[in-house]
Amino acid sequence: MNFLNYIVRRILLLVVVLIGVTLIIFVLLTLFSPEQRASAFIRDIKQLSDLNSIIKTYGLDRPVYMQYFMWLRQVLKGNFGWSTTVSRPVLDAFKFFLPHTIELALFSAPLIILVGIWLGSISAVHRDKPVDHFTRFLAIIGWSLPTFWFGLILLMVFYGYFKGLFPPEILSYKAQAFVDSADFTRYTRMNTIDALINGELWIFVDALRHLVLPVVTLAVIQIALIMRIMRSSMLEAMGKGYILTALAKGASPRTVIRRHARRNALIPVITVSGWLFAQLMAGVVITETIFNRKGLGWWWARAATQLDIPAVLMAVLFNGILFVITNLIVDILYAYIDPRVRLG
Amino acid sequence: MFFLKKRWIVLDIEQHPRLKEFKFSFDKILKNPLSITGLSLIFIFFMLAVFAPVIAPPQNRAEPFRIPHEGYSVIPKPPSPGHPFGTTTKQYDIFYGVVWGTRTSFRIGFMVVGSILVIGVVAGSISGYFGGIVDEVVMRVVDIFMSLPLLILAMAIVTALGRSLDNIMKALIVVGWPIYARTVRSSILTIREEDFVKAARALGAGTLRVIFKHILPNAIYPVLILASLDVGAMVLTAAALSFLGLGAQEGYADWGQMVSLARNYIVGPPGQPLLYWYVVTIPGLFILFFVLGWNLLGDALRDSFDPKLRRK
Repeated sequence: MNFLNYIVRRILLLVVVLIGVTLIIFVLLTLFSPEQRASAFIRDIKQLSDLNSIIKTYGLDRPVYMQYFMWLRQVLKGNFGWSTTVSRPVLDAFKFFLPHTIELALFSAPLIILVGIWLGSISAVHRDKPVDHFTRFLAIIGWSLPTFWFGLILLMVFYGYFKGLFPPEILSYKAQAFVDSADFTRYTRMNTIDALINGELWIFVDALRHLVLPVVTLAVIQIALIMRIMRSSMLEAMGKGYILTALAKGASPRTVIRRHARRNALIPVITVSGWLFAQLMAGVVITETIFNRKGLGWWWARAATQLDIPAVLMAVLFNGILFVITNLIVDILYAYIDPRVRLG
Repeated sequence: MFFLKKRWIVLDIEQHPRLKEFKFSFDKILKNPLSITGLSLIFIFFMLAVFAPVIAPPQNRAEPFRIPHEGYSVIPKPPSPGHPFGTTTKQYDIFYGVVWGTRTSFRIGFMVVGSILVIGVVAGSISGYFGGIVDEVVMRVVDIFMSLPLLILAMAIVTALGRSLDNIMKALIVVGWPIYARTVRSSILTIREEDFVKAARALGAGTLRVIFKHILPNAIYPVLILASLDVGAMVLTAAALSFLGLGAQEGYADWGQMVSLARNYIVGPPGQPLLYWYVVTIPGLFILFFVLGWNLLGDALRDSFDPKLRRK
């Protein structure tokens, strides 16, 4: 019962959060004049004379709370509005862009978690040795790296210097043409997975080549984060009494590190992994913009620069939901793994 | 006069526990090569910012942050005696841009973190000390802001405010303070019940005096460490937002804007792929080293002030 209570409370919190955030954005939007906001809908100079009718249609001159309720009512009906940056309904655009972003996350997340845990634990085991200093130094560099700059440098080297080894965008022209043709069935709209299902290995390789640089760019900073948390939690675990007990019983240091220290040290890392997914979404905005990968992040970044409010509000809603749900899953996992934790 | 006299006694460090602890931490920082590296980097950048008018004299004194440019040719030119770091697209001088960009970065870092610190400490103190409904309201607001990735929320706010560097700073202040409020609040909750606070209250000290004289000095370290790490992080986020095209207008001395401007010239013409290496690399390295300096310092501060780690 307690458990159910907990979940219900978290979901109620989600509603409060989503309304709060979107309301803040609506209030800030009043800093623009209705004319400025209406001009974001205009694609052609001839439409300028229709400015007033645009303001009327979208209710841009109404008081802010009225505008907010208008928007909220539409959203509850499943209508998220029209995204001017990509000239299609927000929900359609979302469905279109989502697979490309999920694909990126699917390849990055395991890499981040595994490499981060591995580096963090060797760093802790060899505390204050050269290995430790080196990995810590790498972590702090990774932490200080401007992602967008790092991605551009990778492009300069691996696209420019190595003559198109790892290109930007999603697929090469030839592959894209084949994927769009009738010979290729799209199941998930994720190119790597669809290619495998269709048995087209060359498409798979092509898609993978386009994925390498974005995945590396996305992973570097997050690896640094996971590594740092793993290291400190491993150090803490290694100082515990049960480690000494295990060693005293004659277990080999290797086993003790693997079975006793590392397992217990993983608990805080799991907490952060939930947070990682939300953080990946922020990373995706930058990464997809650098590599011109048309996914959610690319769309949101363009929307932000072109006053495409429905798309930006969608970004906020999606990230809020993602954050609360991943945290909920992490909390439940956490209680399952660590019997000392009780939800409530 | 009484105040002065008291200060004189305090100077005997060994007699005063708080100063003794501070000296211990300070010595630790000075012995750590990483923190020395961090401090040196910050010092070099600080000197660059202070002496910017000498190192790169502005042509137009009224607007020193506008990077001078000769002509409108879009092709970048390599380093030459007149332009030590070359020119980027539209002939903006990279050397001038990075030197004056140092001032921009300090301004972003200090303004954002300073404001966040004040707002966060005040909100956190009120929330933690008074509790009840005030606490509930402040913490729900904190929840709202902490439920989204910082970059995405800041991006949404800049969209709503309009594109400019000042609006990036405002957005970062809006999204940055909650974590400080939460940190201060939790420190205060533990300290509020300590005996020395009860003693002060029993002696008739007012609320403000208790908060500022007895609670905050004991609760402030975690926040200060957070702040030193955040100077780098905020400059980094601001640069990322500038890169997305939400920041300063073209030709403003801002590192993020300079990287963004040069985006189309990362790969040179066929046969000479690295021809324009300088346009992106140089401003990016400035961002990297600036942020690195603050992170090294923040890391060292955390290690030396953290009671769990320091005595080992």
